[in-house]
Amino acid sequence: MSMTKGRKQRKNKKLLLNWQIGGEAGFGITVAGQMFSRMCARAGYFTFDYSEYPSLIRGGHNTYQVAVGIAPVRAAYAAVDFLICLDQETWRKQQETLAYSAAVVYDSQYVKIPASVARRKKLTLYPAPLEDIARRYENPIMRNVVALGMAVQLLGLDFALLRSVVKTAFGDKGESVVDLNMQVAQAGAAVVGARRFRRFPAAKAKKRALMVIDGNTALSYGAIRGGVQFYAGYPMTPSSSILSTMAKNARHYGIVVKHAEDEISVINMGIGAGFAGARSMVATSGGGFALMSESLGLAGMTEVGVVMVDVQRPGPATGLPTWTGQGDLRFVLHTAQDDVPRIVLAPGDPEECFFLAAEALNLAEEYQTPVILLSDKLLAASASSVLPFDERRVKIRRGKLMKQSRLRAGAEFARYTDTADGISPRTIPGMRHGMFVANSDEHNVHGLVDETAAMRTLQHAKRLRKLATYAKTIPEQRCYGPRDAAVTFVGWGSTKGAMLEALEQMNRGRVKANFLHITHIHPFPIQSVARQLKHAKRIVGIEGNATGQLAGLLRERTGIAVNAMFLKHDGRPFYPSEILEFFQRYVSKK
Amino acid sequence: MSAKSEQFETALNPSWCPGCGDWAIYRALKTVFTELDLRQENIAIAYGIGCSGNLASYLNVYGFHGLHGRPLPVAAGMKMANHRLTVLAAGGDGDGYGEGIAHFIHQMRANQDITYIVFDNQVYGLTKGQVSPRGQKGYRSSTTPDGVIEEPINPIALALANNATFVARTFAIDFLHNISVLKRAIRHKGFSLVNIIQPCQTFNHLNTQHYWRQRVYRLDDNPQHRTDDKMYAMEKAFEGPDPKYPIGIFYQEQRKSYEDELPQLSKKPLVQQKPEGRSVRRLFSSLQ
Repeated sequence: MSMTKGRKQRKNKKLLLNWQIGGEAGFGITVAGQMFSRMCARAGYFTFDYSEYPSLIRGGHNTYQVAVGIAPVRAAYAAVDFLICLDQETWRKQQETLAYSAAVVYDSQYVKIPASVARRKKLTLYPAPLEDIARRYENPIMRNVVALGMAVQLLGLDFALLRSVVKTAFGDKGESVVDLNMQVAQAGAAVVGARRFRRFPAAKAKKRALMVIDGNTALSYGAIRGGVQFYAGYPMTPSSSILSTMAKNARHYGIVVKHAEDEISVINMGIGAGFAGARSMVATSGGGFALMSESLGLAGMTEVGVVMVDVQRPGPATGLPTWTGQGDLRFVLHTAQDDVPRIVLAPGDPEECFFLAAEALNLAEEYQTPVILLSDKLLAASASSVLPFDERRVKIRRGKLMKQSRLRAGAEFARYTDTADGISPRTIPGMRHGMFVANSDEHNVHGLVDETAAMRTLQHAKRLRKLATYAKTIPEQRCYGPRDAAVTFVGWGSTKGAMLEALEQMNRGRVKANFLHITHIHPFPIQSVARQLKHAKRIVGIEGNATGQLAGLLRERTGIAVNAMFLKHDGRPFYPSEILEFFQRYVSKK
Repeated sequence: MSAKSEQFETALNPSWCPGCGDWAIYRALKTVFTELDLRQENIAIAYGIGCSGNLASYLNVYGFHGLHGRPLPVAAGMKMANHRLTVLAAGGDGDGYGEGIAHFIHQMRANQDITYIVFDNQVYGLTKGQVSPRGQKGYRSSTTPDGVIEEPINPIALALANNATFVARTFAIDFLHNISVLKRAIRHKGFSLVNIIQPCQTFNHLNTQHYWRQRVYRLDDNPQHRTDDKMYAMEKAFEGPDPKYPIGIFYQEQRKSYEDELPQLSKKPLVQQKPEGRSVRRLFSSLQ
């Protein structure tokens, strides 16, 4: 099966199918896609989902893609070899992405496919009056289920498995709804009859063991496991599902979840809760983060730990709300006036989202400073199948939280006392003999306003020293691929997935490549990165922004300049095929 | 000042101008805390930025001196994290009705058990006397040399319209009345607004102590005054400042506080619940 648009490439042995359904918003694209993905995962196959949609509730053009493999798939692939078109627009937009010998299921009433194109690409066409069939069951909206039934039949998949995912999706609406969906799916299957498009080999993973999880869900679950107690948020694409996931689980886990009136309220509530002793987190996207800037400084100044999540999307301003990008790196590093100590982490897949969210809560309380988690739409909204994470790896750490027994009458508690590591012991309201003022003004060791040169110097240096303390604990950054590589890619965040997929292809050839994935952005892991790049021959920075922000940071911090940059800022993810093409062009140049 | 109220003083001497209404409010609060028999460690106050916010350095309780316009969400976070604390928010009228107006509106809807004290002097004192949203039409200041065009904001009417369950206005110089109202405000279970008229001796030469003494009168001097009638309260909210300006409790109702409606907090405050030991395996199973 070819990986690029119509050109024959070396076969990707692990990928069984790159499936896509497209139609108008409101046609149930996401539901159908998620059901297909979950079905495959329950059968023991590995999946990677990717969805595109404009910022609309109805109309527009939505697609949901599922890459199915017999080994973990970590990225979306460009070439589609099973396409379901519920409308003409899907055919118009997606025909260029079709691989040779692809299958196209489509609504014969609304979609016209030119015979010449079908011939040129050797397509197998499966037209059916999808909406009409659905109307027979008095539900034209179920055209997506008709198509799903056709897909299941064409791929020789198990209808009992389809029933199980339908039950998971609609079970709470009653058995009759599940039955109706199955009838509609079977009607689709009847159109296909005995024809088969492809058969999957036996699955390698244990059936039902894989969970299908996206980055936002993983991040939320990691925060829950990591002991988040207070969560505040304001809906902003692509971060909103964190707020709804937290709200859904609030009662069960004893978390207070607040949907506040604006992002400034969100972060200040988070800081107030943190000051009062709760483990606190907020999430938003770039625009909301911008509103939180001054308050980020407040948290740094008052030494209150809060986790702040920025799920990126392209800007500037409203930008591309439903698309992906990595343009906020410099922004989160520097925002807020003067030097505000902060920690910045950037997970690259759902597993890292889970563990880094929990770790971020620990770091926020230990270092008493804002901890920023960078994610993006691709990571947040792309579900992939993976074995459940080992939650036992998560431990809760609370830092220098004072015990009541150690507080004495008489002596005024010095909340901001100078220490070697920069971290001062803290009390929380309710503790006797522990009073202090958390002050956004420069302050003395008790938190009272103090503008003297000596105290300013002491406090400012103390706050910044915390980062130097933390920097010593930053784990080794991971480099994937062979040590002896002609090209070393350097990147961060969700680029990990496409890079790992591309590396599999690249390293089948003679010329090798590896990939340094930086998850701990700030303080920058200078020694670890310098060590990893010491023997690199040619370095390529790969990231989803126009100016190579990580490459710039790398040079600033280590003196190491990349030799080339592969940048993308069109709102779409990196595809393994385009990384492969870049690599082939790059190594053929001297 | 009794020895008991001295416990609420820090080592710092207040830096307010002589004659500033903030001195009177400071004294009143110390008296109120003492008379309510509150423990220092159980009081948490979120302050805004302004002359009023400097109170943070003079009161010996847990304090959070935050950003201009933002004491209310900080107070909200504190209260949700530990609803057994006595939580106050304190700030000026510029801070609260200018920069922080959105938080004011939405906080009242929630009815968290917080007391919001607004130091209302109709100017921005700390930045040298520019007109605030409470300034009367025509007020001349450095930013409005030809007289401000806008009409003043009416926080009492806003509070009444927006479901606040305790709405009061006081005058800092009517010291005993202020103490009495503040005590009731703090005891009230739910959101309490106390808008304290507090003359700025240094910058506001129009709305002086004398100006207000001529106009303020106590609502409960009238035996017919009632605090359970919102429409009547609204009429009072539009009264004055000329010829007379009512002070006292306009309206009070009992309604469940926000925290009372959070089942997560029914047994213990959030900060007394352990963050450890939560399993998410059941959540993973739901994704299989």
